[in-house]
Amino acid sequence: MQQPNKLTPFFENLNFEREDNTMVINFGPQHPSAHGQLRLVLELDGEQVVKAYPDIGYLHRGIEKMAENMTYNEFLPTTDRLDYIASTSNNYAYALAVEKLIGIEAPRRAQVIRTMLLELNRIISHLFFVATHALDVGAMSVFLYAFREREFAMDLMEDYCGARLTHSAVRIGGVPLDLPAGWLENAATFCDKIDHEIEHTYGALLNENRIWKMRLEDVGVISAENALSWGCTGPMLRGSGVNWDIRKEEPYELYSELDFDIPVSDRCDSYGRFRLYMEEMHQSARIIRQLIPMYKKTEPQLMAHAPQYISAPKEEIMTQNYALMQHFVLVTQGMRPPKGEVYVPTESPKGELGFYIKSEGEPYAYRLKCRAPSFFHTGLLQELLVGTYIADVVTIIGTTNIVFGEVDR
Amino acid sequence: MRKYTPKDNVQGKAYYTDRFWVAPRVPRLDVEAESHFADVVKALGRKAKESYVEIGQLVVHIKATENFNVLKILKESCGYTQCSEQSAVDYLAKDGEFELFYQLLNISEAKRVRVVCRIKEGEAIESVQPLFKSANFAEREMFDMFGIKVNNHPFLKRILMPDDWEGHPLLKTYPMIGDEFASWYEVDKIFGKEYRDVIGPENRDPARIDRYDTKRFSRVGYEVPFGADISEGEIENPIEYSETVLVDYTKNSSKQLDERR
Repeated sequence: MQQPNKLTPFFENLNFEREDNTMVINFGPQHPSAHGQLRLVLELDGEQVVKAYPDIGYLHRGIEKMAENMTYNEFLPTTDRLDYIASTSNNYAYALAVEKLIGIEAPRRAQVIRTMLLELNRIISHLFFVATHALDVGAMSVFLYAFREREFAMDLMEDYCGARLTHSAVRIGGVPLDLPAGWLENAATFCDKIDHEIEHTYGALLNENRIWKMRLEDVGVISAENALSWGCTGPMLRGSGVNWDIRKEEPYELYSELDFDIPVSDRCDSYGRFRLYMEEMHQSARIIRQLIPMYKKTEPQLMAHAPQYISAPKEEIMTQNYALMQHFVLVTQGMRPPKGEVYVPTESPKGELGFYIKSEGEPYAYRLKCRAPSFFHTGLLQELLVGTYIADVVTIIGTTNIVFGEVDR
Repeated sequence: MRKYTPKDNVQGKAYYTDRFWVAPRVPRLDVEAESHFADVVKALGRKAKESYVEIGQLVVHIKATENFNVLKILKESCGYTQCSEQSAVDYLAKDGEFELFYQLLNISEAKRVRVVCRIKEGEAIESVQPLFKSANFAEREMFDMFGIKVNNHPFLKRILMPDDWEGHPLLKTYPMIGDEFASWYEVDKIFGKEYRDVIGPENRDPARIDRYDTKRFSRVGYEVPFGADISEGEIENPIEYSETVLVDYTKNSSKQLDERR
């Protein structure tokens, strides 16, 4: 063992003096492929990993603690900082949990807008996955092409809510804004564009690429049983041949009315998961296209009518005394949901994002637990990496698509 | 006498609550309404102390010592193959207990069950890691956040907080901006305990503004030595409020009417 003192400090990267022949190396937390702040302690025998220990917590901001100290509406922008690649999914999952708790439903137009934004966020997140995964494995140009299209999607988000990354585009009970003029046409153009790009740029560069297939095929194999046991969800579960998508099985929002397919791969490896992500982007574009005519048939109401919990529209507040009084109480004291507990799962781009809220009838949540998919996918690494070679470690981290905002919370 | 503030729950509280306010409760439905949930409760038999359906999901209260057996029955005979989430709720101030919950998912039926049990402070719970590997991380997080020990866990260690941290952040007794240990942690770690007087405790109040703080680059725009005076002779002004908005009625300018007009 090392004997650290002031002159020879502890070198955490090197620890050769062990009885056996293994070497311990420290990967991260600042490694470019660590997807944020993952520290991975690997024990190597030659080039083979014999033990992996994911060390997390470098981005821990105590978001669950903050939820206990904020009113329900105050907390919503904080959820942006969970999975910061697809903020709207977090906003939505939280808003839906609170809506289930207080028993309200968003009006039709808000539902259409929310579903559109959710799918747009799925495309943004999946493009980010394809880009960074390819970059990690060594394909630089895909990164540039994918980020080019991601910019257009971010522009759409910016046109809607003014923010590119921390959207807060959903409110409890609806959405804050209607779509701006021309947004639907732009979204339709984007859908055509992304379909074309997936097929002819990323797909053409990667799908049958010999190097890409050699690096991804049979790497990071997870059996269906293992995936379930480790709490894998989303593409990680569907990549192991389990047909489970919360949008289909426990539909929320407008998903029960929409026509889309759930791609499933029984390859169980990184390549299968990569193909899933590509196909899911197609499906998301298909969903957005179906939503465009649905939007045009809706009434203009954007927020649910529930004066006990949600402020009235602005013109009512400005003209009616009682609406103003209720608005004042809701802003200064916060809404008071009934006593009870709720767990609401949603299918975020990474997997099952669920919020457990325990309410004691006060304006502050008594306990809020964010069930983040990446947290459990990180846990899986300690088993998945054992027996693989060091060159595949980065591929496997990339394929889990973990985002540290929601791992550490 | 000064106002007594209870220390057993230092989380955010409503500044005003109507005396007559009685919080309603989310309706709890009977399990018999849903045949699948009724079967689950029947399979658990007397192990289920109380069961009801709340917002579409079955909630089963059990004895804490039976958690492993109950989850085993649910996994092996009821098809609940995934443990989505496992954590605790702090009820120490009210009941001296923690409430633990296991959120389980049945993929073939698309049903969810929440298994709830309560343990006293200082009691340990049996690990369910042999049944659901996802409990490995979830139980570590629960130990880290609440200090609940888990028996037979393969590697019960802090997960989000540093290994040498003291205190468990999600307890209701733990203030949001951290306790005293937290305010000295980084000072001790980076500079050493002997520098406590020089540097002072870390101020963890996110709303604090120090106008003449020389360490904040954003204030002056260029680098200055530590402790340099950047006020440029400007005296520290207390915050003043506009008098057009806040009218001072104690002034002589206001006139009191003797009789009703």
